[in-house]
Amino acid sequence: MRTDESGLYCEPGGFHIDPQRVVERAIVTHGHGDHARPNNRKVLATEATLDIMRLRLGVAAGDTLQPLAYGETLRIGEVDVCLVPAGHVLGSAQVVLEYGGSRIVVSGDYKRRRDPTCAGFEVVTCDVFITEATFALPVFRHPPDTEEIDKLLASLDLFPERAHLVGVYGLGKCQRVIALLREAGYDRPIYLHGALQTLCEFYEAQGVALGPLRYATARDGKEMAGEIVLAPPSALKEVWSRRMPNPRTAMASGWMRVRQRARQRLVELPLIISDHADWDELTQTLTEVEAGEIWVTHGREEALVHWAAQRGLKARALSLAGFEDEAE
Amino acid sequence: MRAFARLLDDLVFMPSRNGKLALIEDYLKRVPDPHRGWGLSALTGDLSFHAAKPAMIRTLVEERTDPELFRLSYDYVGDMAETCALMWPGDGHGEAPRLGEIVDTLNRTGRSEVAGVLRGWLDRMNATERWALIKLVTGGMRVGVSARLAKTAFSRAFDRDLDTVEELWHALDPPFAELFAWVEGRAEKPDVANAPVMRPFMLAHPLEEGEELDPSEFLAEWKWDGVRVQLVRRGAERRVYSRTGDDISAAFPDVIEAYDFDGIVDGELLVRAADGGVAPFNHLQQRLNRKTVSAKMMARYPAFVRLYDILVAGEEDLRELPLIERRQRLEEAVAGMDPIRFDISEILTPASWEEIAEMRQRAREAELEGLMLKRRDSAYQGGRVKGLWFKWKRDPLTADVVLMYAQRGHGKRSSFYSDYTFGAWRDGELVPVGKAYFGFTDAELAELDRWVRGHTIQRFGPVREVEKALVLEVAFDSVHRSKRHKSGVAMRFPRIKRIRFDKPAKEADHLEAFFKMIGEAGESESVAEK
Ligand SMILES: [Zn+2]
Repeated sequence: MRTDESGLYCEPGGFHIDPQRVVERAIVTHGHGDHARPNNRKVLATEATLDIMRLRLGVAAGDTLQPLAYGETLRIGEVDVCLVPAGHVLGSAQVVLEYGGSRIVVSGDYKRRRDPTCAGFEVVTCDVFITEATFALPVFRHPPDTEEIDKLLASLDLFPERAHLVGVYGLGKCQRVIALLREAGYDRPIYLHGALQTLCEFYEAQGVALGPLRYATARDGKEMAGEIVLAPPSALKEVWSRRMPNPRTAMASGWMRVRQRARQRLVELPLIISDHADWDELTQTLTEVEAGEIWVTHGREEALVHWAAQRGLKARALSLAGFEDEAE
Repeated sequence: MRAFARLLDDLVFMPSRNGKLALIEDYLKRVPDPHRGWGLSALTGDLSFHAAKPAMIRTLVEERTDPELFRLSYDYVGDMAETCALMWPGDGHGEAPRLGEIVDTLNRTGRSEVAGVLRGWLDRMNATERWALIKLVTGGMRVGVSARLAKTAFSRAFDRDLDTVEELWHALDPPFAELFAWVEGRAEKPDVANAPVMRPFMLAHPLEEGEELDPSEFLAEWKWDGVRVQLVRRGAERRVYSRTGDDISAAFPDVIEAYDFDGIVDGELLVRAADGGVAPFNHLQQRLNRKTVSAKMMARYPAFVRLYDILVAGEEDLRELPLIERRQRLEEAVAGMDPIRFDISEILTPASWEEIAEMRQRAREAELEGLMLKRRDSAYQGGRVKGLWFKWKRDPLTADVVLMYAQRGHGKRSSFYSDYTFGAWRDGELVPVGKAYFGFTDAELAELDRWVRGHTIQRFGPVREVEKALVLEVAFDSVHRSKRHKSGVAMRFPRIKRIRFDKPAKEADHLEAFFKMIGEAGESESVAEK
């Protein structure tokens, strides 16, 4: 296992994992744009991830797309490959690699808390654990989702004349926020920016019930007074949002934990809801996988490497380029 | 504490006044006594602790965390209180103490024991509560709520007249149980006749364009550019209140100690210039918003009050008397006051409306804002009563400046670039001279927004830097020298008057034009308007 200019490369298997540049053979952990890049020749991923790639990339998803179900093992070159749920978004997987009697787990992006829209993270003990580090600082500790959803619902009560415009990432966050609202008993129609439509329909087709949804694109803004409207973060500040009656701008993201960061983005109602592991989840995972060696890929590597080293683990930062932490 | 912490957190992010009012009203209606009273007092500044310095909080966190992780976190977050609140270990799902318990405990706890008490609380709190607690004990709410706004929310929540609330407020103490009992119909209105409290200020309406008044029915006075205050004395108790209801006595011991009159007067707080006249507003600004003031500050910026009116003398409430009779009483009162700290506002005697208009045009000194016109027979009534008092501000100054940066607004304006930074020329370069975010119509805002989006050359977060090509005519009340601004000048109340799509940027004003306005305003009365 090594890194090259495309990212993580498994030599005895002849494949990359989440390559940042076009490669011959790629294993993709999940459908987010910074992990599932276009135009690789052969792509291996879960069926759901491949579907998402087809929806987002069309023919650029790859020349040959090969599905692998969670828990099944496939030999590639001299390596046994198995995909295990990562709990990040629908279809997301950790990649378990066995070769010559040792086991490496590549986490991709992951979280540990329950998510009604995807399979939960499974702990696989290993010799080397390659972890993400998006929120790897002890200041990032996401509160319970229910508290954050509660904040949104309380605001709707208090400002019934204002459209509540919530910025959400289109894959995963959007559907999770809807599902959490439904669990909290919110049964009104939820309005969606047009860009979120395809993936919500896909989730529903995969059996994730989202309740009544309306597409906000062509509608008169007035009827959205007192309603929840979900939109990609980029749409919040653009002309689209002007049709809303006096919108209250919310954002569902792990970054909302830091006030200054939320204020910089002119968010009125920060909702700390993240699809990435927070500090406690990261350190819990490092403990549970019992790996002697930890490699830290993208995010705030320094703090996690320091933490691991303090506990006598061999740890190093890979500093892979190309992963975006703003998108969360 | 949970409700109070959430309130503070919501307020920090809420840009609009109405939104803030709604949040505070909701809190006051939902939370029981005495907690809501303490919460309200914290917002009005009537409750502050300085039990813990930020350094003590930092020490507490450092005991619990790894120094390297603390360093990395602080680096990232940038704010000490917030870093401490966020990284304090533990999930914080214990039962946090209620606000009342926190206040009682802090009042009983000696300095040496504070750290231990805080540690115990922090362990039981979630991150938002920890943040609110740290703000509370280190004495700095800074959530964008004035005392006036908090009291407005109170009066709206319980549907009472704000002036009445204001009048009672200063006579009562936190957590204001009697006040809540009264507004909820559980008790009689508290009796405050003998307390050193302010009365609701009487305010003026702006004179409408083209409106003329009969000079024989009105008294004319200069409108001074200071801070409107009431001085109150009741027995040994003395106070200075600003129009927002803030007790600013601590910042003005020079004035308060000289105030021997048993009663209430109304006037303009000003600073004396070296030549005996009135110093520009920015001198007074040095004295404002202070908890204490040094002898040096007082010597450098000596404060005094130019008196306009009298409300109470001894036991006698004079507010119902006509203005000319109150004026008589005021003159008698001033005769017994320290002339260094108190003088009386001069009554102007214009013979005709034309003469009044001419006087207003002469009100060019930086210390004057224009004219006041008060009906001779007016009683002193709180609020802005129609037809009694008028203010006639002088015409604003104007300048042509070049748009440099635009920032997205808040709330309704969050999709518009509505906050503009503009500059003037100096040696062929533009220097930022001010910021404006009002003055334009909705249609003009849409035009400006479109222009900004089409002429962006760089972005930083919500800010766009634009091509230096659009000229704006800005209006402002005055301009003064400022060391804090790179340009060396600062304007008061700058607003966008017109968009000058027709004017080339290179023909916009030079920085010298602003210095010229300062110089002329300071030295002579005959400044031609630009
Ligand atoms: Zn991801």
